[in-house]
Amino acid sequence: MQYIALIYSQDGAGPQPGTPEWGAFMQGYMDANETYKKDGVFVAGDALHPTSEATSIRIRNGKAETMDGPFAETKERLGGYYLFDCKDLDEAIKYASMIPTANYGTVEVRPVLNPEDYG
Amino acid sequence: MADENRPDLYMQLDQVIREDRGRLLSALVAALGDFELAEDALSDAVESALTHWKRSGVPENPVGWLLKVARRKAIDRIRRVKRFQSKSREIALLAAMDEMEANEPTPAIPDERLRLVFTCCHPALEPKTRVALTLRTLGGLTTGEIARAFLDTETAMGQRLSRARKKISRAGIPYAVPGQELWGERLGSVLAVIYLIFNEGYGASFGDSPVRLGLCGEAVFLIRLLNELKPDEPESEGLLALLLITHARWRARGDGQGSSVALEDQDRNNWDHDAIAQGREILDRAVARASPGPYQIKAAISSLHSNADGVTDWAQIAMLYDRLLEFEPTPIVALNRATARAENGHMDQALSDLEQLAEPLDQYQPFHAAQAEYLARSGQIRGALSAYDRAIELAGNTADKKFLRDRKAHLGH
Repeated sequence: MQYIALIYSQDGAGPQPGTPEWGAFMQGYMDANETYKKDGVFVAGDALHPTSEATSIRIRNGKAETMDGPFAETKERLGGYYLFDCKDLDEAIKYASMIPTANYGTVEVRPVLNPEDYG
Repeated sequence: MADENRPDLYMQLDQVIREDRGRLLSALVAALGDFELAEDALSDAVESALTHWKRSGVPENPVGWLLKVARRKAIDRIRRVKRFQSKSREIALLAAMDEMEANEPTPAIPDERLRLVFTCCHPALEPKTRVALTLRTLGGLTTGEIARAFLDTETAMGQRLSRARKKISRAGIPYAVPGQELWGERLGSVLAVIYLIFNEGYGASFGDSPVRLGLCGEAVFLIRLLNELKPDEPESEGLLALLLITHARWRARGDGQGSSVALEDQDRNNWDHDAIAQGREILDRAVARASPGPYQIKAAISSLHSNADGVTDWAQIAMLYDRLLEFEPTPIVALNRATARAENGHMDQALSDLEQLAEPLDQYQPFHAAQAEYLARSGQIRGALSAYDRAIELAGNTADKKFLRDRKAHLGH
């Protein structure tokens, strides 16, 4: 099954660039990536630019509206994701728990909809 | 023949279902890989048993019969799904089931219940859902019984259970005993569910609802089962000991006139001393494993409260609460420690502990009852009276209300 791990955290939570903790934090991501690839669960994963760079779009009555900013102004923001291929939820939880940001924010794990689930 | 044997037939079928529902269901989930399909197939099989057993008598191996028929019913159900051509998972399953059917006319029933325990108590499900699902799946209560036990409508409980089954299958909640790295957390989740079931029954056991009382029995059954399926776990043994010892005092908790009786005033002849002895023996075994945990500590406290001679070692109880606070730093545990300290003669310390707890426990009836009791004992009558009023206001059942009113009235004289 495929699971997406959505990584949420508050601005300014956790280690910041330029501090001594930052290096260890980034190393944590590199170690996690290595484990994911070695164990064959990695499908994709990226970090995102902050929500200040976000643009939201919606189409109403056939007309596109384009807006500056994220979909919803919340304290915790989506900062990145992983896509895993795992045998079950426990395995997905195990790998999602290795994401360093889980120590400061929240990682939401959701199964990717399978065409068979429509049945 | 049919008519006079019918009640007997119903009873036999009922007994098989009561005793072996969990085992049957776990074997079916293992074979089908689908929680919902397994439940539906088992209900079909039970329905079919009513017809067949009436006609040809109860089979020699009723559980094996039910399993075999349930498998066949599952195949029927899969075949009835119109768009099954698109469902590769189910086609593979169908083939496997057909093969099983051909090779194994009287199926052996593997005990897969431990896997099912961990599925039902998975932390990805809401706590109340874990409780309901465990009772339905392993305890064998009907949806209606569970709904009544939790003061829910049957419809709402049915929807809760059906949402849970959907999440189990769609989110890939495993049907497996967790590995080493998750073991501690997951066992904790299972024990918490069983303890919750017990407390739900125990807290309301004066009420007129025998179903709620039945929950205590269900919890004891489940924790025994867990110890059977996975022996030598000190915390599982601790919880079994705790429930046996606590449940043993149940009959002495009411005075027969709708009022509850404080522990120190209970008639010890109404305690089940065999159950207490059994609980202590199990606790000793757990403690010998030298891996302490909250349930073992709670069992030890409960054991100290259960001395037949009526002498309670409050100093040791206070010390055990110190240990328990390390595992569970909650205001409730702190309240219990304050009580033990007061009973041990450290009244000033206890009253100052209670003051610290006034804010977090403002809505908690036992807090106000304890404060009333100890203020009264130290001569602060006015404070005691208003604490009793608050406790009576918050009391959930009539027995507790009556008990508190009696205490308060006693204080006035």
